[in-house]
Amino acid sequence: MKKIQEEQLENQDIEIRLLVEGLYQKYGYDFRNYSQAHVKRRILNRFNLSGMKHISDMIHESIYNHKFVDQLLMDLSITVTEMFRDPTFYKALREEVMPVLRTYPSIKIWHAGCASGEEVYSMAIMLKEEGLYGKTQIYATDFNPVIIKQAKDGIYPIGRMKEFTMNYQKSGGKGSFSDYYTANYESAKLLDVLKKNIVFATHNLVTDSVFAEVNLVVCRNVLIYFDRELQDKVIRLFVDSLPSGGILCLGSKENLQFSDHYTKFNPLIPKERIYIKKYQL
Amino acid sequence: MSQKKRYEAIVIGSSAGGLNALKVLLHGLSEGFNIPLIIVQHISADSENYLIQILNDIRKLQVKEADEKEQPMPGMAYLAPPNYHLLLEPDRTFTLTIDERVNYARPSIDVLFETAAEAYKDKLIGIILTGANNDGSKGLKKIKDFGGLTIVQDPETAEVASMPRAAILTSAVDQIIPLEEIAPFLNSLTDMNPKS
Repeated sequence: MKKIQEEQLENQDIEIRLLVEGLYQKYGYDFRNYSQAHVKRRILNRFNLSGMKHISDMIHESIYNHKFVDQLLMDLSITVTEMFRDPTFYKALREEVMPVLRTYPSIKIWHAGCASGEEVYSMAIMLKEEGLYGKTQIYATDFNPVIIKQAKDGIYPIGRMKEFTMNYQKSGGKGSFSDYYTANYESAKLLDVLKKNIVFATHNLVTDSVFAEVNLVVCRNVLIYFDRELQDKVIRLFVDSLPSGGILCLGSKENLQFSDHYTKFNPLIPKERIYIKKYQL
Repeated sequence: MSQKKRYEAIVIGSSAGGLNALKVLLHGLSEGFNIPLIIVQHISADSENYLIQILNDIRKLQVKEADEKEQPMPGMAYLAPPNYHLLLEPDRTFTLTIDERVNYARPSIDVLFETAAEAYKDKLIGIILTGANNDGSKGLKKIKDFGGLTIVQDPETAEVASMPRAAILTSAVDQIIPLEEIAPFLNSLTDMNPKS
């Protein structure tokens, strides 16, 4: 019995590698250096829903059926996020980082891998409350055009507002969270004034390069999906986008410690994974 | 050469009542127990990981939160962080993800067990302890399919019996053992492990 299982596993892994290779060759979306266990779970999830007979049938579909590709890209996107996710992080941002940004004549912020935009709007709200939004330009990017459209719309299920409100309050919010959206029965739409200084655009961290110099990079819970080599490549992108004294914010389980570029940063608030790029001679 | 298999990792899933069950289990392990433990205990998203400190105080194994890309080592016990799934890669390193909940849970026992089964194949032991849902049943079945050893806490000795019961219903269970006897059983397996 064991032997059959192991052969099946080997076959599955070959089919999945070929599917991932196909996505890269046909569309340029490169998941080859993502966590294998993660990519496999997502692909098998789609396979089980698809009713197809073999995983390799998905290779054909992904080349010829654009609807299927969009679906698969959605499966492989990291879509789970929330406003003011990890309130202690946003509290630290407000108390420790905002005073630094305040000293700049203008502020540029890059949200890399922003998914459906919840954390981008969290930042916009905080900047507004700190009186800094007017001089800020935010770039919000994700590789998936469908999800960038969602981010741009800024419409979220009304059911999530309770959780977002609690996070907002815990993060040290200074106003009433309900002032930032208009609600109907099903959904809440964030106010247009929050979007005024945000540019939403597709950008692929794996295959695209630096596009602007920014003072602050926020990239949370994206690197955990990448292997070490790809992590290093992306951190390099951030190094090149930040001036000396620029700030990098990672997710609460992400760490620069093992990166080749570790020496280019100092920890600013270690517990919240906020780093500052060193001044170098 | 011993006929007994050399096991290289133990995955454990627990939910309601899990803290006490884990304490009993860790207490019972012998000094120098040399198979890494990888644990998913269902825990609320915003809890500080107090569990680590409590289990560390038992001083049998060094207990820590699993870090991404970390490789499980003998003498250690690893806990999935709150609000993250814990997966094992084919090269036996940890991955953390923030994907959707599975069985209403993040971390989910099934996610750990299914990926660990592929990484360790017949070198893996899976254990389901007390709990109020059915997370872990699918994963335990997969461990069995790959030739691993599957253990379930005797529901009679569980604070909440439904999770062990659900696992037993998969009929993929090698051993149903009262809580107090799980550690002695594990000790008897590792006594056969050559010292590393």
